[in-house]
Amino acid sequence: MSDTTDVEDVESFAARARAWLAANMPRPPDESRRDPSDDSDEEELRRVARSRRLQRLLYDGGFAGICVPSAYGGQGLTLAHQLAFNEEIADYDYPTETQLPTFTPCLPVILEFGTEDQKNTHIPPMLRGETAWMQLLSEPSGGSDVAAALTTAARDGDEWVLNGSKIWTTGAWWADWGLCLARTNWDVPKHRGLSVFMLDMHQPGIEIHRIEMLNGSREFCQEFLTDVRVPESLRVGAVDGGWTVGVRWMLHERTVLGQSPYVTGEPVRRRLGQGPGGGVAPLLQRARDLGLLTDPKASELIGEVFAMSVVGSTLGSHIAEGIRTGRLAEDAGAITRLYVGTSAVRNASIAFELAGLSAIAWSDSEAELGKRGIDYLMRQAACIGGGTTEMSRNVISERVLGMPRERAFDRDVPFRDVPRSAPQR
Amino acid sequence: MFRAVGDQELFQETTRRFLEVEVPLAKVRDLAGTTDGYEPSFWRQGAQLGWTSLLVPEDAGGGSISGHGVVDLALVAYEFGLHAAPGPLIGTNVVAAALGRWGTDDQRAGPLADLLAGDAAGAWAHAEPAPNDGLGDLALTATRSGDGFSLHGVKSPVEAGRQAAYILVSARHESGPTQFLIPSNAPGLMIKPLHGLDMTRRHARLEFDGVTVPSTHLVGRPGSAGANIDWLLDLAVSIQLAEMCGALTWAFDTTVDWAFNRYSFGRPLASYQELKHRFADMKMWLEASCAISADAAAAMDRDQAQRSERVSAGKFYVGRYGPELMQDCVQMHGGIGVTFDHDLHLFLRRIVTDVPTYGTPGQHAARLTGILAGADR
Repeated sequence: MSDTTDVEDVESFAARARAWLAANMPRPPDESRRDPSDDSDEEELRRVARSRRLQRLLYDGGFAGICVPSAYGGQGLTLAHQLAFNEEIADYDYPTETQLPTFTPCLPVILEFGTEDQKNTHIPPMLRGETAWMQLLSEPSGGSDVAAALTTAARDGDEWVLNGSKIWTTGAWWADWGLCLARTNWDVPKHRGLSVFMLDMHQPGIEIHRIEMLNGSREFCQEFLTDVRVPESLRVGAVDGGWTVGVRWMLHERTVLGQSPYVTGEPVRRRLGQGPGGGVAPLLQRARDLGLLTDPKASELIGEVFAMSVVGSTLGSHIAEGIRTGRLAEDAGAITRLYVGTSAVRNASIAFELAGLSAIAWSDSEAELGKRGIDYLMRQAACIGGGTTEMSRNVISERVLGMPRERAFDRDVPFRDVPRSAPQR
Repeated sequence: MFRAVGDQELFQETTRRFLEVEVPLAKVRDLAGTTDGYEPSFWRQGAQLGWTSLLVPEDAGGGSISGHGVVDLALVAYEFGLHAAPGPLIGTNVVAAALGRWGTDDQRAGPLADLLAGDAAGAWAHAEPAPNDGLGDLALTATRSGDGFSLHGVKSPVEAGRQAAYILVSARHESGPTQFLIPSNAPGLMIKPLHGLDMTRRHARLEFDGVTVPSTHLVGRPGSAGANIDWLLDLAVSIQLAEMCGALTWAFDTTVDWAFNRYSFGRPLASYQELKHRFADMKMWLEASCAISADAAAAMDRDQAQRSERVSAGKFYVGRYGPELMQDCVQMHGGIGVTFDHDLHLFLRRIVTDVPTYGTPGQHAARLTGILAGADR
């Protein structure tokens, strides 16, 4: 991770960061407490623009890409420096909207598998906040079975022609670039016929459809790719070697909940504090308003929500340390993912219970309580998005505990002969 | 899974080897039939390894390994849990810590020296029976009587209450919470052994029906012990959490081995997805328990709100999910898991005993809300 053996020690780096942040970085706006699903498109675009400006500010200050080699515009430092910086920036604003998936998993995938040319071309603009990336991974037909991608890339001279559909991409309608997993060979088993491409999202043939969730959020998109032409120079990794890339890709995605060397700020802490249920603060306010702070049942439930977030805040670093010391397999980030999902589900249930009847029918002044009802309807999203908790349990049992893998029916069969769902939409 | 650093590694390893040799599970079963549950020579040797001195300042004859005695002691407690080891670990250390911090010269020279040497055990008489069993409830009274105090009330259950030579009693005085260190042979003190779930630890009921103690038995000034008792509660829980993590680790590792080696319908249990997913949940509970427990021990030096926040979050979590993990281990074993011959119940008994001891998970959750509401006001 570091370019040189002569790196700045963490303490003096932290002191330098502290002084720079105090002089340059704005404090977080109050609106950061707001539920992102409330955003209108205009507000979201404004937030994205602010994130890009903050990222540029970090870049100019010499604090962007702390673990990225300096050859590609980063600082060439270590995870310890990044973690120290995260501590220092905790009380400041930071580029929230453009962190993920740009800085993980997209950036480390390009760092690991990109050519020298690709890295030189694409990583510096990421660090300067000029390009926001997205991941074109899931497909409507596939669900958790990411390697069963049907989106096809066919070779045509120096270009590839992509056709198919991707889904569950966040912010695709304002993103600039995407990493796309596509099938380049149907005559070999599923994992051996995939390739990864970098896709310029501002080009003909890409139609982006916004998906409306049951709570009204429109953050997710579905893309329809029709004869999208991608130059050979934008292929990442080997032809038909895309699953090698994909495995690392998803591993980097899971570090979001642990300690990623490439992510700045506190997405984990915020996520744990603000999952479905809205965190502990509104529950406390509600209990105070109703005189329930001394009610044993209510105070136990509120304390439970708080306890789960305190425990969660210690789990991420505990798992990351376990991975670093070799006590745990590299896939152990799935433990944190499972915790985040299951605790969010529990919190949403508690918040719903404490909100009482106002969670199902509310006046204007009770909108906050009504949201607890809507959050409850969305409860399971925490156990679905970013890989289901069922997949996490598979990963934990098979790759962390070493238990036998599930029997697969698509192993040594050409992919075109593997049974699949009837086409959707 | 508690990470030892530097000198702590050797310290933990020494305790581990000692427990492996001195109290293997067969020996634990033998000791279960005895009155005290442990042998005095075992305890004295443990004290020589450092089990009783970690929370006591050097000028009072103690000393930690790393400069952070609670973390050092948590490593010992983890090993105790892992080996289902008997011995008055928490009570003795709570009393020693109290005397090291607030004891008089006489109390340090006599009782504390005995505890440090392992010649005597200590017991913390704090919990009271229902309806006075809420966190922070204190119904046992101390009233002025001549030059001393007269104690009225009941403490129960008190771990090692009959084995301990020195008993730290928390009482309610008109001026506020007050602590006394009394010898177990104090006139009028009735110590009645209780039946209990745990085969490795003993509990007693202590009845104070006008027990008169001299002022020299005070630990700290009358009425000033509220914050001290709070600290001792956090201390006891943080050590208990480490011990619970050790017991949970034994049960989990044993059950994973079982799942790999036990075949049904021609395949190992570990190959069934339904069971694999439950092992994944158990692994999450175990890792999260260890994470918060290590953090709670490390937080013991911090200010009251932060320290109690970590400790109570830990007791809520480990107290809620620890027994679930244990019972799922039993379920994975099937019938053999509920037999006396299988060792699983030695650990199940300890975990279940720990759940309501020093506050139930629900009480600690409510305590968290109190901390939050106080900070938020």
